Amino acid sequence: MFYILSAIIIIFAILSVTSNKLYRATMYLLFVLVAVSGLYFMMEYDFMGAVQLSVYAGGIMVLFIYAVMMTDNIGKPMRNISWKRKILPFIIAIGTAGLAIYAIFSYQGISQTHEATVTNVEQVGEKLLSYKAGGYVLPFEVISILLLAVMIAAIVIAKAKKLVNSEKN
Amino acid sequence: MILTNTTNYFAQFVSYMSEHMGLGGQILAYVVIAALYLAFFAVAGLLLVYIERRVAAFFQLRLGPNRVGPWGLLQTIADALKLVSKEIFGTNRKDNLLYHTAYYLVIVASLVALSVIPFGKGIQAYDLNIGIFFISAISSVGVLSIIFGGWGSNNKYSLIGGMRSGLQMISYELSSGLAILTIILMAGTLRMSGIVEAQQGTWFIIKGHIPALIAFIIFVIAGTAESNRTPFDLPEGEAELGAGYHSEYSGMGFAYFFLAEFINMFIISAVAVTLFFGGWLAPFHLTDSLAWQPLWGVIWFFLKVSVMIFFMMWFRWTFPRLRIDQLLTLEWKYLLPIGLLNIILMAVVVYFNLLVRF
Repeated sequence: MFYILSAIIIIFAILSVTSNKLYRATMYLLFVLVAVSGLYFMMEYDFMGAVQLSVYAGGIMVLFIYAVMMTDNIGKPMRNISWKRKILPFIIAIGTAGLAIYAIFSYQGISQTHEATVTNVEQVGEKLLSYKAGGYVLPFEVISILLLAVMIAAIVIAKAKKLVNSEKN
Repeated sequence: MILTNTTNYFAQFVSYMSEHMGLGGQILAYVVIAALYLAFFAVAGLLLVYIERRVAAFFQLRLGPNRVGPWGLLQTIADALKLVSKEIFGTNRKDNLLYHTAYYLVIVASLVALSVIPFGKGIQAYDLNIGIFFISAISSVGVLSIIFGGWGSNNKYSLIGGMRSGLQMISYELSSGLAILTIILMAGTLRMSGIVEAQQGTWFIIKGHIPALIAFIIFVIAGTAESNRTPFDLPEGEAELGAGYHSEYSGMGFAYFFLAEFINMFIISAVAVTLFFGGWLAPFHLTDSLAWQPLWGVIWFFLKVSVMIFFMMWFRWTFPRLRIDQLLTLEWKYLLPIGLLNIILMAVVVYFNLLVRF
């Protein structure tokens, strides 16, 4: 199961980078994200899998699609980039992948037969709102305030034109 | 992969098969379950199309399909046969890959959502401990397939239909999510079977009185909008957009979109029944002492779901279609604030234990 999912992830990740049609690239990216959530479900970490599905495959992908629509010439295939400009990204990608693989293989700390633990939503929620040691209530509140600020800012930007017009009148 | 802490008939079947036939048996069992769900999908989809047409005729004082087979029951099968035999024929410069994956994606999304719905006690393919959240997560993937289909057709009407659908489904997902959360406050679990078990005494719509009723109304409105049905069927407003996102699809491509829409209606109704009307539980414990408990559960579940579906069809033939700005105003200015306040109200009700109990 793991090998099938990993194969899907790798193949579609490569396709989404190399595809010369933007819209197809977003669809390949969708498959990658769904397959990653499949990995979480395989590990029986259902909550993380569903979050991956709703946040990345649902939310971020829609955002991407609308962003892609803003670019010009989406219908036509992109122009080919000369191989000279492809070399540096290629080296960086290979280097990063090699570094990650090296880091994983040089790390010996994980025992391979780890006891299976099922993390359920109750535990996640209690940890998120606990103010004892190891609790996440401070980051949680900070992120809430940040999100609120972003929302208000978005409303202000959306309404700015209207406000200016009403001041003129 | 299936959790086995309650008696789940599908899980029992899988473990029985794997005990007797090894890995091959396990895979065979999974295939059998998948085939069962596919068969259910097809039969329910065709039946729902038939019922929709009969209900529409009923509301318009007509007869509806009544010639093919007894009471016209075979009409939709004849239609499906016709659609199968038709060629899938699109525009010349369509994006072939997107065009053809879109209808498979939409089918897969609704099939996966179907797998976590409890049809009866233990009759559920995958009893996730976050089942209800999983359904809302999957439905957000379903949106993408419609947008892809709209884009891939290379037709401006399809594109506009797809964009409208995306806009509408993303907006109304918030309200339906808030309505679900309100009920979760009472149930204390996200597991679908757990939500049903929590209603053993009284159904949530009675137990949670005012906030539950408000949540139910919000959920039905948002659910109707999410399944792209009238009065929210702007994505396929035939007066402006041809047939919307599936106007370039013919044959089975069109049929898949059509079936998925009806199955989504079934899913919305099933979730509403699970959340508010006690799922498979019998009203007033009518059949609790009889034999064949799981069977009775399934019967009650389908009775409740068909009542809900009838209501949704009733909406379709009663209300006129909304305009796009009215649609967004309804969601962002009315449903969302009401939903947020409703959660606070429900929290107060649960905290001070003001629930109705018999």
